[in-house]
Amino acid sequence: MDWPALALSLRLGAFTVLVLLPTGIVVARLLAYRQFRGKGYAEAFLALPLVLPPTVLGYYLLQAFGVASPLGQFWQAVFGHPLAFSFEGLLAASIIVNIPFAVQPMQRGFEAIPADIREAGACCGLSPWQVFWKIDLPLAWPGIVTGLVLAFAHTLGEFGVVLMVGGSIPGETRTIAISIYDRVQAFDDQAAGVMSALLLALALFALGITYALSRKVGRRHG
Amino acid sequence: MDSTGGLHVQLHQTGPIPLDVRLSCGEREMLALVGVSGSGKTTILRAIAGLYRPRKGLVICGGEVWLDTERGTDVRAYRRRVGLVFQSYALFPHMTALGNVVTALMHRPAAEREARARAFLAQVHLQGLEGRRPAELSGGQQQRVAIARALAREPVVLLLDEPFSAVDRPTRRHLRAELTELRQTVDIPIVLVTHDIDEAVQLADRICVIDKGETLQIGRPAELLQAPANPRVAAVLDLPAEGRPPP
Repeated sequence: MDWPALALSLRLGAFTVLVLLPTGIVVARLLAYRQFRGKGYAEAFLALPLVLPPTVLGYYLLQAFGVASPLGQFWQAVFGHPLAFSFEGLLAASIIVNIPFAVQPMQRGFEAIPADIREAGACCGLSPWQVFWKIDLPLAWPGIVTGLVLAFAHTLGEFGVVLMVGGSIPGETRTIAISIYDRVQAFDDQAAGVMSALLLALALFALGITYALSRKVGRRHG
Repeated sequence: MDSTGGLHVQLHQTGPIPLDVRLSCGEREMLALVGVSGSGKTTILRAIAGLYRPRKGLVICGGEVWLDTERGTDVRAYRRRVGLVFQSYALFPHMTALGNVVTALMHRPAAEREARARAFLAQVHLQGLEGRRPAELSGGQQQRVAIARALAREPVVLLLDEPFSAVDRPTRRHLRAELTELRQTVDIPIVLVTHDIDEAVQLADRICVIDKGETLQIGRPAELLQAPANPRVAAVLDLPAEGRPPP
């Protein structure tokens, strides 16, 4: 069992979820409630990580984060180390890859709130901010939690993008998914088996939570 | 336009929903907006509440200008003191009946909200049901919560959008009687949207006939029934073109 790799994966998942919680809510609400030109293209762009091969996405992120890119040079100048092949680079990649996993369930959660209920909030004298706290969040939370659980579980299992952007630096970028691959390459089937079983259990647990929450939403609005 | 008291509304636009509206409703008066489905009644109500913005319009209530498109005034919905009972009631499903009413009392100090909310629920005969969520209430009880919530806002105008359409006939009769009773305690303009002529005649002081977003005629129920201004009014009221003979 590669404990440092598991700890790194959990840390990566936690930070990814921490960033995607507020940004996902903002983006999901925008997509759920606002009509604007090019909305379909915006949604398609955000959904790209679902269908792009991880190596393709990883390649572009590597190009964007590399020392030859403006972002990579800026990072190197400010923090003194490259963005690619670092935990921060891995985190940035993980956030981008997980946008659709977090945003789509959140968006569905907000869309499921009938428009007249939100309007009733305004007629009760609630400001848009109060409508968000008193109506949107309490009614959309199953979608929000589903998005975060999916993003967290997907972070633990992500392989292609992580390998492209982070490589396999122990303690820095070697996640549990990469570690499984390394253990198989080294014919250490027992360690690979234990870690695979752990990821399988975590994935089942995460999906169990999301399906239970989906039923909760269905019951409330049914 | 007299703007000292009551509600005064002028709305004009050619599309996407055509509107040519000019109406007013005095304090203590109930005005019924009558028209067939899709005639724009609910849009007028939404424009008064600030939930719909027409291209051109003027909405004055209680001497306060809520909308004046020529001067660029458009008070946001949550700043207009409107009590709106939605056709679907639009109760907050995650809150109890009490919670729904308390939510409309944010303009009051926190310490007195619950007691006031209980009083509003008692006024609509819902004592003992304060702790129930909307899903645990009947249609008639939900409607009462919606009315209590609208009154809790302490509005300067009460807007009722087809409030009896989702309940069965006996409950409807009962609720109409309760609304008539409630009117004795409320001294603000009340605008009732309905497609039911009998309901309008029974409840309203005056009726405003709407067709394709246009106010065709406003008058006392008996006047309208006896002398519809034109064949379009007669058609909306389901009358012969020359009107109904006096009883």
